[in-house]
Amino acid sequence: MSQASTPTFDWTPDQPVLECEGLCISYFTRAGEIPAVLDFDLKVMQGQSVGLVGESGCGKSTVAMAVMRYLGRNGGIVGGTVRYKGRDMASLSAEELRQLRGGEIAMIYQEPMASLNPSMTLGRQLMEVPLNHESGISEKEAHERAAQMLADVKLPDPERVMRAYPHQISGGQQQRVVIAMALLSQPSLLLLDEPTTALDVTVEAGIVELIGEIAARFNTSMIYISHNLGLILETCDRINVMYSGVVVEEGSVEEVFDRMRHPYTRGLFNCIPLPGADKNARPLIPIVGQLPLPHERPQGCYFGPRCEFFEGGRCDAGPIPMETIPDQTGHRTRCLRWQEIDWDAKARGSDAGEEIDEGEVVLRVDSLRKYYEVRDSSIAALISGKRLRHVKANERITFDAREGQTVAIVGESGCGKSTFAKVLMGLETATEGSIAFREADLADKPIEKRSAAEIASMQMVFQNPFDTLNPSHTIGGQLARVIKKFGVEKDPAKVRQRVLELLDLVKLPREFARRRPRQLSGGQKQRVGIARAFAGNPKMVVADEPVSALDVSVAAAVTSLLTDIQRSYRTTLLFISHDLSLVRYLADRVVVMYLGHIVEQGTTDEVFSPPYHPYTEALLSAVPIADTSIEKKRIILEGALPSVLNPPKGCPFNTRCHRKIGRICETEVPPMVETEPGHVIACHIPEEELRAMDPVIAEKRPAAAE
Amino acid sequence: MADTVNTKTAASPGGLRGLLRSMIGGLGLLRESTIGMIGFGLVFVWALVALFAPLISPLSPTAQIQPFAPPGTVTETGQTLWLGADQLGRDVLSRIIYGSRTVLFYAPIATFCAYFVGCIFGLLAGYLGGWVDDLLNRVADIILAFPVLVLYVVIIVLIGPSGLNIILAVTFASAPGIMRIVRGLTLDLRNRDYIAAAQTSGASLSWILFVELLPNARGPLIVDACLRMGYVIITIGVLGFLGLGLPPPTPDWGSMVAQSRAMITFAPWMAIFPAIAISSLVLGFNLLADGIREISLRD
Repeated sequence: MSQASTPTFDWTPDQPVLECEGLCISYFTRAGEIPAVLDFDLKVMQGQSVGLVGESGCGKSTVAMAVMRYLGRNGGIVGGTVRYKGRDMASLSAEELRQLRGGEIAMIYQEPMASLNPSMTLGRQLMEVPLNHESGISEKEAHERAAQMLADVKLPDPERVMRAYPHQISGGQQQRVVIAMALLSQPSLLLLDEPTTALDVTVEAGIVELIGEIAARFNTSMIYISHNLGLILETCDRINVMYSGVVVEEGSVEEVFDRMRHPYTRGLFNCIPLPGADKNARPLIPIVGQLPLPHERPQGCYFGPRCEFFEGGRCDAGPIPMETIPDQTGHRTRCLRWQEIDWDAKARGSDAGEEIDEGEVVLRVDSLRKYYEVRDSSIAALISGKRLRHVKANERITFDAREGQTVAIVGESGCGKSTFAKVLMGLETATEGSIAFREADLADKPIEKRSAAEIASMQMVFQNPFDTLNPSHTIGGQLARVIKKFGVEKDPAKVRQRVLELLDLVKLPREFARRRPRQLSGGQKQRVGIARAFAGNPKMVVADEPVSALDVSVAAAVTSLLTDIQRSYRTTLLFISHDLSLVRYLADRVVVMYLGHIVEQGTTDEVFSPPYHPYTEALLSAVPIADTSIEKKRIILEGALPSVLNPPKGCPFNTRCHRKIGRICETEVPPMVETEPGHVIACHIPEEELRAMDPVIAEKRPAAAE
Repeated sequence: MADTVNTKTAASPGGLRGLLRSMIGGLGLLRESTIGMIGFGLVFVWALVALFAPLISPLSPTAQIQPFAPPGTVTETGQTLWLGADQLGRDVLSRIIYGSRTVLFYAPIATFCAYFVGCIFGLLAGYLGGWVDDLLNRVADIILAFPVLVLYVVIIVLIGPSGLNIILAVTFASAPGIMRIVRGLTLDLRNRDYIAAAQTSGASLSWILFVELLPNARGPLIVDACLRMGYVIITIGVLGFLGLGLPPPTPDWGSMVAQSRAMITFAPWMAIFPAIAISSLVLGFNLLADGIREISLRD
């Protein structure tokens, strides 16, 4: 590193690697200057991991971009300093910055596929890093370094990966390659912007473990941006909680998690379903209101209007400074009243609700199969004559759901849960088996053949709030359309009245009827989606990941709204999700799916405690939990999800199972073992052995936090 | 919520008034694009010319005054032939002014017809997929593979020169291209959750195509329509040039250029001015399309 352009640093390891002081970042738009981040302080020591947490729009990514000095054409740093290894980054030349980026500071983004060039082999892309950043390195050396690094990020068969193109490896492997690429130049600082958000939970667990190892092994400092508090707990030493462009609380992870001293931090924790939360006994407490827009921030404390401890005349008087909490390791909060608030008191509104008593069986699915035909026109297929192949999306699905019950279907992407929803809704017909829904068999009845009443009685809430409503039509128009279609009301005045009632039902102001979807926030759109599903008084609502795209505080509000409506209408809720924490909180029964098969089902308590199916065990261990008093067993699944075109013989899970017992797993389909009435596990492992398993999630034994 | 009760009556605003308001709003946004405003200005001026042709035209477009009079000639009756006269002595300026009526009447109609056909087939192909998609695409391939000029000649042979053949020729030649665009947009839109929501509420095929899908494809389609309007104006010119447009003596920019072909060396004004008229209008539509695209790309 003796090039003239390489920046030089007068730095010793006891000084911070990165230091931000009073950093203010603004974006300049047609509407004028919009401050995105205000008065941001940060200190990252060598080998330290700092988490930045906050909901979308709070400025986390902007901070990362400012550190990289890459704010785009309309953004700029308007105040404060960023010092990297003691040098003010504003004083660096463009060439020095270029060397710094990717050399000293590397960044890992959310979408691995977007970070890789699809038309270059991975090896070539990896080799470019040392070739560009270090002078006098030979191709051969670069190749060796790249291959070694791929082995370091635990990719099997690095030489094969080197020759592959990005689309030829799985998403989790892509993210490992991106991390390898970032590490190749031996950066001192690694910025990770939601690096696992796009990945499945079992894959995420592997990446998180890898990131932890890297920090220890290479002594790299890290800034980890995430909205997931559980992930921060697993990866970081210190945490900065951001709200609307300012840090509201910072400190060590333990201090902030166990002794939070800002109402927003506490609100966040009350929004996430931790073990112990229960929809009846201890419901989630959403934060009221919504994040202010950057140009509509209130006077004084930005969190003021949503805070239960707000005191007029004081909290809204002027800018709130950070205050240091004594006797702790740099724990600071941006709250005037932190000394007055009783932090151990029960939060407002956490009243216990009543349990719903379950009625009769509404839905009975019996050995349902859904195969898709795929015509293979490759030469190999022509020769072998096997031109028609089957994608086995659903295989022997059997379960039932009762009135007023919440049944969760859990599994990673590609497990067939969405296909099942399609068959249920009549968008596809089943290949085999039956779906008995209130006496009618729906398995072979596509939507065109269903009566208006049948359609109205089973409705769906969709995943993506930005997609769920047609952007071209008003909210009222879209609701009215469904009401008329379902034959609830025909008379225009009554339809209009019903639209307003539906808006009341989902707690939206009535004037929203005239608005268009783009004028609504994500949570509000999702509420309209719920209103639409409930327009025809459905007996059953299928919710496909209804809150996974929402911020935690909004998700909590939408979740509790959904359960409230379900409770009052006694609707059966089929809740499709990959979020096990939420499922544990919400569901009465859980169905775990893997590669189109149901591997385990039972009541929520049964599924979440031993005996487990090995896959359930791995899933449970993969879910990050934002609770310092919880101890988890670590199970990292090896390998990738097999292709549904060519599923493994015998047990579908045998290729990745950590408890595989032998040949039998590869040759025979496992039997359905009923350990309790209604609790079924499909596994070859003897029942006694399954029963003897230790729980995955347990309280830390020796006198934990409390 | 007492203060919101009165909103009941206005739950759904009048369709036409809403459309008008959004158009005015769009024009307000367009002000920020200089190029778009120039384009809009050109088109607007030509629209005014066409609308008020009888008022602003100095002479009758068919009156034969002085053959081959160069621009600026003052006739015996004291009238100035600003842009000269053609081989029959007709005032070029007046013929251009009246010719704009032909273009601005047939170009939008023909574009609309092409869009009507292209949208229906594009939506069907994109939404249904499968053999419908294959079939429609192959048909489009065949039409697109056919030389357009031959196509025009076939049409003229079949129905003779008239306004209808302009519309038919343009529809036939442009619809496959429009179909491709609409199909592409539909392929993207059909996987949106709101389409699934419409399907699961039992919506009919035509509802999904025209109410759920089409309005959301409008952005790129408006830009394309402006560009295509330009091409159609050229096509009308070409048809006129080939003698396939409106029968004489109707003033037509394309046939004006065609007639001047033999005399271009000694009476260049006969060709130059109609050509400028065609170019300026086409340019207007193209700039307008660019402006709209520029605006829509911003935030």
